[in-house]
Amino acid sequence: MTINLNAVNLNQLTWLVILRIVIGWHFLYEGLVKVFNPSWTSYGYLMDSQGFLSSFFQSLALNQGVIGVVDLINQWGLVLVGLGLVLGIFTRLSTLAGMTLLAFYYFAHPPFPGLEYSLPSEGDYFLVSKVAIEFVAMGILIVFPTGRIIGLDRIVFRNKHL
Amino acid sequence: MEDNNLNISRKKSLLMNRRELLKGLATVPVLGAVAYGVYKKKSYEHYRKNTIIRELDMSMDEPEAPVKSEGEEIRIGLIGFGIRGKQLSQALGFILPEQLDELREAALTNKNDSRYLDFKEQEDLNVRITAVCDIFDTYGKQAQEAAANIHRGGKGSVMGDPVKRYLNYKDLIAAPDVDAIVIASPDHWHGPMTIEAARAGKHVYCEKPLTWTVEETYDVRNVVKESGIIFQLGHQGRQTDAYQKAREAIEKGVLGPVTLIEVTTNRNSPNGAWVYPIHEDANPQTIDWEQFIGPAPWHDFSLERFFRWRCWWDYSTGLSGDLLTHEYDSINQIMDVGIPHSAVSSGGVYFFKDGRTVPDVLQTVFEFPDKNLTVLYSATLASQLRRGKKVMGHDAYMEMGNTLTIYPDQRSTRYAENIERGIIKPDMPIYSYIPGRGVDAVTSATERYFAERGLLYAYRGGRRVDTTHLHLKEWIDAIRNGVQPSCDIDQAFEEAMAAHMGTLAYHHKKQIFWDKENEQIIV
Repeated sequence: MTINLNAVNLNQLTWLVILRIVIGWHFLYEGLVKVFNPSWTSYGYLMDSQGFLSSFFQSLALNQGVIGVVDLINQWGLVLVGLGLVLGIFTRLSTLAGMTLLAFYYFAHPPFPGLEYSLPSEGDYFLVSKVAIEFVAMGILIVFPTGRIIGLDRIVFRNKHL
Repeated sequence: MEDNNLNISRKKSLLMNRRELLKGLATVPVLGAVAYGVYKKKSYEHYRKNTIIRELDMSMDEPEAPVKSEGEEIRIGLIGFGIRGKQLSQALGFILPEQLDELREAALTNKNDSRYLDFKEQEDLNVRITAVCDIFDTYGKQAQEAAANIHRGGKGSVMGDPVKRYLNYKDLIAAPDVDAIVIASPDHWHGPMTIEAARAGKHVYCEKPLTWTVEETYDVRNVVKESGIIFQLGHQGRQTDAYQKAREAIEKGVLGPVTLIEVTTNRNSPNGAWVYPIHEDANPQTIDWEQFIGPAPWHDFSLERFFRWRCWWDYSTGLSGDLLTHEYDSINQIMDVGIPHSAVSSGGVYFFKDGRTVPDVLQTVFEFPDKNLTVLYSATLASQLRRGKKVMGHDAYMEMGNTLTIYPDQRSTRYAENIERGIIKPDMPIYSYIPGRGVDAVTSATERYFAERGLLYAYRGGRRVDTTHLHLKEWIDAIRNGVQPSCDIDQAFEEAMAAHMGTLAYHHKKQIFWDKENEQIIV
């Protein structure tokens, strides 16, 4: 379901675009920092996985061939999602891809009671973590695809009716 | 008029297009801001890192991957097939078939357990175990089975030719189809066996410590040197990448003057305290008790003493010989400290009151006045607290283990300027080495957490390796090339004397000295 953006007033539109840009900014920066760090790997993060999918995430880390691909998908996935959201290009596809990444992060380190991680958290979470909140916020971006108003999708999809 | 209208509508459409374009590209400038942020972060890190690297002058390379062993086949005689003997055999490439099945099973149920794969991928050293000796029948037969398992198979797989078992170590050493001996016997047998092998011109890899008594230490050194055999003492820590990096840090003066080193042993299980299981087949008929006793004082047959011999001075060198030696040797490896000037020790049997005579808690302090250095060894077999090895210098301290981390000292003279400039942060490492992950001057907090928790494993050349395998490999390569390996007889002599000084200080409850000129321990 997509909300008719013509019914959205300027104020609402402004905040929706800001939401899209800050999430995009977050993805893009995280991605670029990883791309520019030649020794970055998701190995430790995956090995620290807990919860009911931990053995799956750990098996990704332990497979020498797979871990390289996982690292690449993370680095460039984050960058592309970030670019998509900031520029408003292929916004819905980018948002969906970003939500998929977030879902993986959530289930690799689920904030469930009784699970403790090596990496200390900066806060305390029960079910709802910042990853979860970003995921939900991106759900809003799916139903308000503002890229077609402010963003390159306006040009890409200019022949299509809004 | 029409023309005018057309113009207006064209202008309108142009205006519309421009507005469309503006709305389409409105967010592009945001990219500039993000790019600026990335650039600033990178250039700051780059600057900090380069400044620190220049300051430390440490090599930033990974240690080289081992070169494949090549040369003629070496025929090995293995003495002792207890816990360590089995490990050494495996590190040479020969495993008990049922043990391989166990490893395979373990790998199937636990994906983190890579022992099976590691063993399958372990380099073939082109050696053969042609003779085995164990005075307990079951272990003797197991040793034969492992030695014949030349294809590294499980139970029921194709074996090589049967391997001869000798009932007496002297006969094994004398066997013509044996070039080199691996000794994994109890401590009280290390000296006599090494001497026997060296006299027969057979190369020796001997488990630590080198000797059980002070007197035999001189004999072992003399005979090994006179014979010209290739000798390696079993301190596999010599192969630890991080120690090699630590040596470089010491050589380059990264830590400044080092005055105190704290090394530790912490274990907290019966197995860790040498209370090993007693094999069900063991009895006076299956064990050659007289040969076990050998140079030790006579005692009636005892299964406990046979399987848990480390708990009695009669056969063991206690914490000093078994575990302090690993710590001492790692310091000798990185700093060439030599035999300490003096030793004091204290401790007692405080937890495992099972009739043992060796202490389960021991503190030994070695002084090296010519190096302005104290080495403190502190051990308990009843607490698992991980304290690590800490090398404390005036300018920085380092923590050595499978990883190496160097932290600057807040009051350092050498780094004072860079600390003031904020380039060096006192609570952040200036150098870290994580095997397989390389060297860095600026490690992220995340990475350090993972490394400290052992979540980043020891790799060499992209593959996980067993240091015991590398240590044996160094010995095998040394035999082929006619050179002495890293833990040669001189290093071994120093190790044994340091351990004996620690033990004597414990027994005599006083400071024990080393007379360097006369090479004598003075009680």
